[in-house]
Amino acid sequence: MIAQAVFAAFAGILVVSSLLVVLHKNPVTSALFLVSAFCSLAAIYLTLRAEFLGMVQVIVYAGAIMVLFLFVIMYLNLKTDLESGAQIAVRRGIGWIAGGVLVAEAAAFLSRRWTLGPAAAPEPMAAAGNTQAVGQVLYTRYLFPFEITSMLLLVAMVGAIVISKSRGAEPKATFERGRPAAPAAEPGASAPAAAAGRDPESNA
Amino acid sequence: MKALFDNPDFQLVFWALVKIAIILNGLLGLVSYMILAERKIAGRMQGRPGPNRVGPAGLLQPLADVIKLFFKEEFIPAEANRVVFHIAPMLAVIPALVTFSVIPIGPNFTVTDINVGLLLFLAMSSIGVYAVTLGGWSSNNKYALLGGLRSSAQMISYELAMGLSTIGVLLLTGSLSLVQIVKAQAAIPFFVFQPLAFLIFMITALAETNRAPFDLPEAEAELVAGFHTEYSSMKFGLFFLGEFTNVITICAVATTLFLGGWNGPWLPDSLKFVWFFLKLAALVFVFMWLRWTFPRFRYDQLMDLGWKVLLPLSLANVMVTGAAVYWIHNR
Amino acid sequence: MREYIPVLLFLLAAISFAVITIGASHVIMPRKQNARKMAPYECGVEPVGSARNRFHVKFYLVAVLFILFDIEAVFIYPWAVAFRQLGLYGLIEMSLFILILLVGYVYLLKKRALDWEN
Repeated sequence: MIAQAVFAAFAGILVVSSLLVVLHKNPVTSALFLVSAFCSLAAIYLTLRAEFLGMVQVIVYAGAIMVLFLFVIMYLNLKTDLESGAQIAVRRGIGWIAGGVLVAEAAAFLSRRWTLGPAAAPEPMAAAGNTQAVGQVLYTRYLFPFEITSMLLLVAMVGAIVISKSRGAEPKATFERGRPAAPAAEPGASAPAAAAGRDPESNA
Repeated sequence: MKALFDNPDFQLVFWALVKIAIILNGLLGLVSYMILAERKIAGRMQGRPGPNRVGPAGLLQPLADVIKLFFKEEFIPAEANRVVFHIAPMLAVIPALVTFSVIPIGPNFTVTDINVGLLLFLAMSSIGVYAVTLGGWSSNNKYALLGGLRSSAQMISYELAMGLSTIGVLLLTGSLSLVQIVKAQAAIPFFVFQPLAFLIFMITALAETNRAPFDLPEAEAELVAGFHTEYSSMKFGLFFLGEFTNVITICAVATTLFLGGWNGPWLPDSLKFVWFFLKLAALVFVFMWLRWTFPRFRYDQLMDLGWKVLLPLSLANVMVTGAAVYWIHNR
Repeated sequence: MREYIPVLLFLLAAISFAVITIGASHVIMPRKQNARKMAPYECGVEPVGSARNRFHVKFYLVAVLFILFDIEAVFIYPWAVAFRQLGLYGLIEMSLFILILLVGYVYLLKKRALDWEN
């Protein structure tokens, strides 16, 4: 009884937060509602006895990925939606279609009357704890996906560095260590400004 | 009535509430007096007495400060985002307080013992980054924004090394539960086996709590007051309180992980919490000592230290500890 | 999962403490607002330019790299907890994982992507 009440409470918070992510006009408040959605999702993981997963959800999703989102939102200086009517109409049409598909899926799901709540919890996990169970399975049976994940992370790392270097760097030739860099107010404007500044210097 | 009291669920909630009340009040009192202690210690280290007017030897100073902060007028700048402006200081205090629910203060005095106590601490410190980021952004003030952004970049850079430095302790214990970690240190505290990890943890703790020498984003001579430039009254009070609570929380976690928690000789089990507080006080004193001893790091030096020194060192520590534990167990 | 109930209670207690503190200060404080007080603070000078300027791409890069290394740390946690059961193979597997990520880290250092000269 209490377990169902707790689940219902957190599921309610999750649904409301997700809806507010989409409905709010200000991108920063949308991001914050997404954070609260992730935290309530983590609480639901905890009710399913997946403690490691719940905590990792907060550490990685709410604590790292959403921080990145916030940095980007502040960096891009996103104002509230200012697009023209036709673009909004197309987006909304696609949104309605996707929403309709989801509702149909949910109806099919629920109509089969699958049992809500966790299936029979595997007993050995209760003794050793969720983290140890994850460790034992991940590094034996699922070793290959684990090693591939490291490749994935490596690719992401290299990709991020390459992209940010090509966007934000001044040309290397004009830069020396110890000399303050040209003030980079706008990453796009810095390259032509530096190029324009180079010519008088090479003449002098 | 007796049937209600015998119900195990009721007992769980009741005793949890009692412990929470004790810890919450104790913690808030401890934080206020820690602020006073810092001012007096700072004074002595600078050759002056520190606050000693209000009450005997200045002991009523925290009360005076709190009353003053309550009665200050509040300034919310125009065009600041009101909701986020109010949430940010709350996010500074709440994660630091919640971590205390899993810290073992005495052999029978933990609010609760969960299997993943250490991960709860890391999760809460991840959430703590938002306080700074949102505080800076919502003030609609260039200085606050820059200070907030730089401070949060600093915090996330050092969070990596902090998480990785705790892996050594994990390898030695085999459990993420803080209660188990303390029990595993009954003979020898872990800083003997993990001196490098202890050092890295303390350094990253200084950076995570924005304390000197890592307090560039909120330094008085730079950027006005950083991300809390536009905050006044109790919201500023909460930021301030949150910072010090964070210090106490991280020192408590360091005590638990590396100094053996409540373990100690000569005292019976019911008094072992005294050892916990002595170790905690020692670490907090070291934090204060460092603040008034070292000059501030420049921002690029700070980020270099976090990414180029502490991160590879903590990874190396993980590998070496893993190899050593394997070798010791399989000789 | 009954042991998480006290955590939830502590969270609610902390939230109510924060809300009550701010609420009480709102009730008690004096209110004498005027336009000058509400302007953003800029050392007593008139504010120049909007507050929402653009920032350096380095902040973005720091956040992305933080995610990647955080995920790496998250993989190391269950390994450390199950270390005794995993034995030598576990050690070798994790060394391989960290080694591959060290390649990325060395690339990061060589490209000087995180040098904060300004």
